[in-house]
Amino acid sequence: MASPYQFQGTGRDLQKDLLANWYRRLENAPQEGTPVAYLFISGNIGELLRSFGFELVFPEVNALQCGIKKVAGDFILKAEDLGYSSDVCGYVKNDIGLATSGNRGPFGTLPKPDLLVCNYSGCNTYIKWFEALAEIYGARLFLLDVPYRRTGEEERREDIEYVVAQLEQLAEVAAEITGRPYDPHRLSQALAHARAAEDLWVRILEAARHRPSPIDAFFEAVFFMAPIYVLRGTAECVEYYQAAWKEIEERLTHKLGPVSEERFRVVLEGPPPWPHFRTFWELFKRWGVVCVASTYSKVGGIWDFGLRHDPARPLESLAEYAVNCYTNWDWTLRRRMLERYAEDYGADALVIHSVKSCRSFSVGQADVRDYFTRERGLPTLFLESDLADPRYFAEAQIRNRIDAFFEALEHRRAAVTPPLA
Amino acid sequence: MSHDAERFWEQAQSWDELIERCRLLLLDPVFPTVRAWKQRTGGKTVGCFPVYTPQELIAAAGALPVSLFGARGQVEIDHADSRIQSFVCSIARSTLELGLTRHLDWMDALVVPSICDVARNLSGVWQHNFPDRLVFYLHLPQNVESAAAGVYYRGELERLRQGLIELAGRPIPDEAVREAIRLYNGNRALLSRLCELRATRPEQWPASHVYALAAAGNVLPRDEHTQLLERALALGEAVSRPKRDWVRVVLRGAFCEQPPLELLEALEEAGCAVVDDDLQIGARFFLTPVAEDGDPLAALADAYRFQTALTPVNNPGRRSRADDLLRRCRETAAQGVLFASPKFCEPALYDAVLLKRAAERAGLPILEFEYEEKMTVFETVRLQAETFVESLLFFSEVT
Ligand code: SF4
Ligand code: SF4
Repeated sequence: MASPYQFQGTGRDLQKDLLANWYRRLENAPQEGTPVAYLFISGNIGELLRSFGFELVFPEVNALQCGIKKVAGDFILKAEDLGYSSDVCGYVKNDIGLATSGNRGPFGTLPKPDLLVCNYSGCNTYIKWFEALAEIYGARLFLLDVPYRRTGEEERREDIEYVVAQLEQLAEVAAEITGRPYDPHRLSQALAHARAAEDLWVRILEAARHRPSPIDAFFEAVFFMAPIYVLRGTAECVEYYQAAWKEIEERLTHKLGPVSEERFRVVLEGPPPWPHFRTFWELFKRWGVVCVASTYSKVGGIWDFGLRHDPARPLESLAEYAVNCYTNWDWTLRRRMLERYAEDYGADALVIHSVKSCRSFSVGQADVRDYFTRERGLPTLFLESDLADPRYFAEAQIRNRIDAFFEALEHRRAAVTPPLA
Repeated sequence: MSHDAERFWEQAQSWDELIERCRLLLLDPVFPTVRAWKQRTGGKTVGCFPVYTPQELIAAAGALPVSLFGARGQVEIDHADSRIQSFVCSIARSTLELGLTRHLDWMDALVVPSICDVARNLSGVWQHNFPDRLVFYLHLPQNVESAAAGVYYRGELERLRQGLIELAGRPIPDEAVREAIRLYNGNRALLSRLCELRATRPEQWPASHVYALAAAGNVLPRDEHTQLLERALALGEAVSRPKRDWVRVVLRGAFCEQPPLELLEALEEAGCAVVDDDLQIGARFFLTPVAEDGDPLAALADAYRFQTALTPVNNPGRRSRADDLLRRCRETAAQGVLFASPKFCEPALYDAVLLKRAAERAGLPILEFEYEEKMTVFETVRLQAETFVESLLFFSEVT
């Protein structure tokens, strides 16, 4: 039967097409002689690199693709065979496994890097990761040092100036490799696109304030956010968010949501378990749970508090952006963000998915649970597995915990709001 | 603290007695010397998370910098478990445990340098659990070659100076910082001297003993530790120790969380003479003296960028960690490399892979193992080390 709706599915489908095209361009880069830069999602200054004509590879996105396509386990084992410990980040091991297997994954074959830009924002493991890639590929490594955003202080001018000075140096390196001069005009154009996409993306995320929420701000957002992370600064990225907004608008009009009946609204802290993504989502859907806000959708940029790329201040706004990615915020700022989400989005609970791989996310999450349950009285569910390594997902245990938690919430709700007689 | 524990190095009659006192001190979760100092002077005490905390600045404030190395297996991790997960290195968990069990109630402030994801996040957990104490997060520049990093890091040091002025309630003039730099340069010179002696005559200056001497400095004012080292140098020469048949090894990976003392002893018993290591590197991370004149903060910033011992948590800039390791192996005539990583310490575990490869390429035999604070059985490591030593001795006989 034809769908009665015009735009449903657009966000997912278009995103898939965009990513497929991008991977195709990457596959062709060596033939076309296009220079290739590798960089990270968090604090990525892709607009600057693209303005020099680089095609961009994001090893984290490759890792999550391998996770969701269920091939990460093999790559991880390969890296462990090479000497990597079972206790280090699965994303890194996935990528080392991939890089030493001809760089061939479910997305095709990836080109080698001409430049590795370690835009280290909120994760020191990034540095160790690219140090290893620099050795594997013999490629040049540029370390973009992004200071951590600390509490009690407004955004510090010194931090921004420091990053800007390094961006100027990076521009020199990029010019040297590509033979193209730095073109501020081109960069500003890209940043105008970035800003337009950011406006739309925030509108989509904030639609989750409605009841029922038209979007799952975690399980769906992870797909909807892909273009703004990997293609930000391009016209096609803006077009994507225009189309995606239509889908959300339509959902709002018809009160459609990610579950048939929204029963619980939660804020989700932590990354997804990619190798078991569907299963994990189903465990929540069974209870009519909708994630109305998530922190994972802010790892590549926190725009919902007003931050934007700015064509009039290209390097400064790139620096401000890089400083303000989720794991680059200290815990007081992160806690405040969670509090604000819980309030603004009318959440019934906080769900923390703590992953072993990612200490930059997880160290401190247990303390946050303690804070929300004891000091804020917000029911908090704490789950543990991994974002990349399929071995750490204990389905039965996770299911039990989820069931017990929402059952208790349901009882509690019944106790405080007696049914109308 | 019992009175006779103060200035114990003056009373120690023999090398063994001195080492024993240092050992007791470094294992004491009560921090007797720190409490005594605080009581005596009424000064502020500042905990320093390893590795690259610029203690000179803290000392210049008239405060006592105390290097924190977790609980060294002396307390059960109980309260910290509910705040930090079990897949995190021991030092982070047990330092928090010490805090939550009031073992660190003497501590007025904590400085956490940006060495890794765990340390960075721990600073936030600390802030939340101890809201009345100052937590200072120090961003160490990673792009060390960039001139901007020098400016930036000098700014970070200035910020730390301001924080300390507020804490100590007194100004910290440049001259006071220069004075502290001189004090620390002097202390490091003695530590280097001990390390050199150990490299030339390991049977006379066993690594586990040198380690205890260095580690005692974590909880002593620097001038006192300097006196301790002077005493040690005098006593050490007087001991007569038989020559031993052992192999010379370099140890890497223990730059932050420290291995249990018994582990070092087990290695020695197995026949490994550790002639170079990164243990207690926080006490001697500047490879050359810091400039004692001019702008002292710029001097500390430059020293950090260009004269720092390489570990998995700083940026080598133009240097290379692999070359550095191989050079040290040559200089100390090492026959093999031990890679000892704290369990769950990602920086150490990542570097071990690359450094192992470099060592193997250079034809250096390697032995790798992990350790953690709560480790109590050292038999496996001892056996591994014995086999390693035997193979090396055999190898050196047939070639
Ligand atoms: S530690 Fe976390 S942020 Fe860092 S690379 Fe691994 S998954 Fe990514
Ligand atoms: S032991 Fe390793 S992981 Fe732990 S705090 Fe030190 S450097 Fe970080």
